[in-house]
Amino acid sequence: MNEDPYKVLGLSSDATQDDIQKAYRRLAKKHHPDLNPGDRAAEEKFKQVSAAYDLLGDEEKRRRFDRGEIDSQGAERPRHRYYREYADAAADHPYASRTGFQDFADEDIFAQFFSRGGERFREVRMRGADLRFHLRIDFLDAVRGARRTLTLPDGTSMNLNIPAGVEDGQVLRLRGKGAAGVNGGEPGDALIELEIGTHPFFSREGRDIHLDLPVTLDEAILGGKIEVPTPTGRVTMTVPAGANTGRTLRLRGKGVQGKPKGDELVHLKIVLPERIDPELEAFMRRWREQHRYDPRQAMGAA
Amino acid sequence: MREEAEVLQGVRGLSRRKLRAWVQAGWVLPARGEQGAMYSDIDIARVHLIHHLQADLNIGTEALPVVLSLVDQVYGLRRELRRLARAVEAQPDRVKQAILRANDQG
Repeated sequence: MNEDPYKVLGLSSDATQDDIQKAYRRLAKKHHPDLNPGDRAAEEKFKQVSAAYDLLGDEEKRRRFDRGEIDSQGAERPRHRYYREYADAAADHPYASRTGFQDFADEDIFAQFFSRGGERFREVRMRGADLRFHLRIDFLDAVRGARRTLTLPDGTSMNLNIPAGVEDGQVLRLRGKGAAGVNGGEPGDALIELEIGTHPFFSREGRDIHLDLPVTLDEAILGGKIEVPTPTGRVTMTVPAGANTGRTLRLRGKGVQGKPKGDELVHLKIVLPERIDPELEAFMRRWREQHRYDPRQAMGAA
Repeated sequence: MREEAEVLQGVRGLSRRKLRAWVQAGWVLPARGEQGAMYSDIDIARVHLIHHLQADLNIGTEALPVVLSLVDQVYGLRRELRRLARAVEAQPDRVKQAILRANDQG
């Protein structure tokens, strides 16, 4: 039922109100359920035609639909944000223009006020435009740093050094790698916005890496050395005897690399063997008789 | 950041060809990703603006860059004016008053 109402009526979007009414009457006559007893398809079609006409036959609703404010069901659609909300924001954006007051620079005080661009105003030479790029990188490349070769749409390539510890949405600026300047003006910069992927078992919080690590029942009870994956490779870690689920162990300097190095926080999670063998079961039965404990005590009777 | 297909989906009646022509003309400046153009929030808002100017206000291809340039200049001026106002605001009261008086007379 999410059909384009214009298509349902067999019209294009520049149809007049008159066209719409005519098309509706023609189709309604053809598909009216009372004129097609027993024809389910006709009934369905009639419903669609009626819904389309409800929307397009009403000039105000049609206008709102054409503007994308309501969908084909007549439901409100999220309004897109207006350009001015971005253009007027304090942050720099690629459409910001300073040409509206170039001649202000003739007045000394303005030349000083706008000194950021003051020199530019007096010269015909113009700095080249900044070019923006978007690059998706792996979780681990962001944590450890990486070198990437960026292939540009024009076929040229650019070597990019991604420092360890970059964050999602961060913009790397390569000076002079943008568009060429005009009349000997300096070239613009290349601005590379990074999008960082996720990892199947690591997650990141600031400069720390978090890892949920499954341990066996015997490792948790008896303790011991186990191998733990970190972004920079496997390391051996000692699990203290009696380490419970939820216990967090810290591996210093094994988190996000770069300066300062973050830590990896390992959250232990006790995992039973997939199949409980008769020996373990028999042992637990015996054990339980003497050592019953209640981990839900703090929750009270409820 | 959104890909071209997503942008087209969000703007009723906008064709791929038209959008690409706008990018070609420099009216919209999407970032370049490895998979093609990537549009930020302000790029998308600008696409909506251009589409509105063309489709609803009937501003032709000749006049459109003029309108966009004026729009950009107005926002540029607003930014600078706001910066200037903030600079004045940061001054001691005595200086602030003197600037306001001079502004009234000017």
